Amino acid sequence: MGKMFSIVVVLIALLSAVPILRHTWTPPVDISTHGHAIDEQMSETMAEAGLSFLAAQIILALFVWKFSGRREDEKVSHFPGGAKVMVIAAVLLVGSEVLALGIVGQRAWASVYFTPPAPNALQIQTQAGQFAFYFRYPGPDGKFGPLHPDKIDEGMQNFFGLDPDSDPDSKDDIVTAELAIPVNREVHLLMHAKDLGHSFYVRELRIQQDFVPGLDLSVHFTATQTGRFEIVCTQLCGLGHYNMRAFLSVLSQDDFDKWLKQKASEQ
Amino acid sequence: MKTQYKLAALASVVLLVAFGVLYSGKSVNASPSGQITGTVKLDGQAPKQKVIDMSKEPSCAQIHAGSPVTTEAVIAGANGGLKNVVVYISEGLSPADAAQVPAQSNQINQKGCQYLPHVVAVDTNQKVEVVNSDSTSHNIHPMPKPGGPNHEWNKSQPPGAPPFQEAFGTEEVAIPVKCNVHPWMRGYIAVVKGPYGVSDGDGNFTISNVSPGNYTLTAWQETYGTQTQKVTVAAGKPTAVNFVFKAK
Repeated sequence: MGKMFSIVVVLIALLSAVPILRHTWTPPVDISTHGHAIDEQMSETMAEAGLSFLAAQIILALFVWKFSGRREDEKVSHFPGGAKVMVIAAVLLVGSEVLALGIVGQRAWASVYFTPPAPNALQIQTQAGQFAFYFRYPGPDGKFGPLHPDKIDEGMQNFFGLDPDSDPDSKDDIVTAELAIPVNREVHLLMHAKDLGHSFYVRELRIQQDFVPGLDLSVHFTATQTGRFEIVCTQLCGLGHYNMRAFLSVLSQDDFDKWLKQKASEQ
Repeated sequence: MKTQYKLAALASVVLLVAFGVLYSGKSVNASPSGQITGTVKLDGQAPKQKVIDMSKEPSCAQIHAGSPVTTEAVIAGANGGLKNVVVYISEGLSPADAAQVPAQSNQINQKGCQYLPHVVAVDTNQKVEVVNSDSTSHNIHPMPKPGGPNHEWNKSQPPGAPPFQEAFGTEEVAIPVKCNVHPWMRGYIAVVKGPYGVSDGDGNFTISNVSPGNYTLTAWQETYGTQTQKVTVAAGKPTAVNFVFKAK
């Protein structure tokens, strides 16, 4: 019985490695400047964890094979040193593995989160609220007008609560339901939540950042390919969470300028 | 058959027929009724309506692909006719007329991620029927005055869900309606007493089944508010009343 178990465990472990090694499931296309570092870190982690997993399963199978089918009166073998040594060994092994991953992995993470945005990055603001994302461009004056939550009127498309009649900076602000950006230009996305927790996630950009109500957060990134990509909310936020999304349009600089002009005329 | 049984049978038949006649005659209005017709116009330029981007809901965006959708705060036709104005009797209704509740429901249809019609009028306790014609879920949320007598509620309808009916117990002109899933959706439910009408795309409205008498008529438009006029309704010839709202 034990021998059968050993064989099955080894088979399952080896079979599970097959789709990973064959790259059966490929990650979505990487359209970001920092995507490569993140994807590489992911592969390294997968390789290290995968090898540890295989080693652990094979060692388990060997032990079961060797010590199964014992007769009632046979001497019981003990791990040298007993349970205490085993626990210390496990803590050291697993601890160093996690520490190594953290130290090596922080480079990829820091390149996204610990580097400031370039001073000439294109600033775009986004607001997450049940159950849609809306975006605001500062317009030709380069300034965002103040927000007045009491003036929010979604039925009239005033999602941010702008008051252009009283605030001159708001007069040329452009509010859209779609996030369009020029390709190969760094974008600094200013984020705030209207009501509760949400999250901004674009797979192809390898960017995910939570919206925390009360906090003004931001991410910065540069898209390297044109196309239309999905922004999904990845923080459970209510009954419409499954439906909460917007679209990221990466356009050539010319197309982006045309798009922005069109949106400005619709304000 | 014995005589008593014959009499009993005859009496039962007579009673049954009498009940039938009386019951079927319950909704017959014996007194002649009048009508109020008219047009609501906008004096001036309607404010530009904003384009609605439904890209987060592709099934609805697709429906409007050829013809973009805008907000509906002010819809004025070519001749200045104002659409979606609720016209109703605010003073002068007899208690009997004020208590009348039509048996039929008025429908709000969630179609193309819009409320059709944009403005619905009902009497107190008259049923509003909510339909979801889209292939996406909606969650209709009427927002009556906070702390007021009308109860605030919201209700989810996945695609294919059956229509449901709800009513409001107190007059309120008008209750804004939003969708909890689609922030751009906006509609209104005006809850009144007595007969009412809602103006069409040319600004024309008709109020039927008005008992002859003197009344104050109120017209309500979501951006311009209310206006009143005194009218006298006689049986037979419809009374003509027109309203003009001034653009700000």
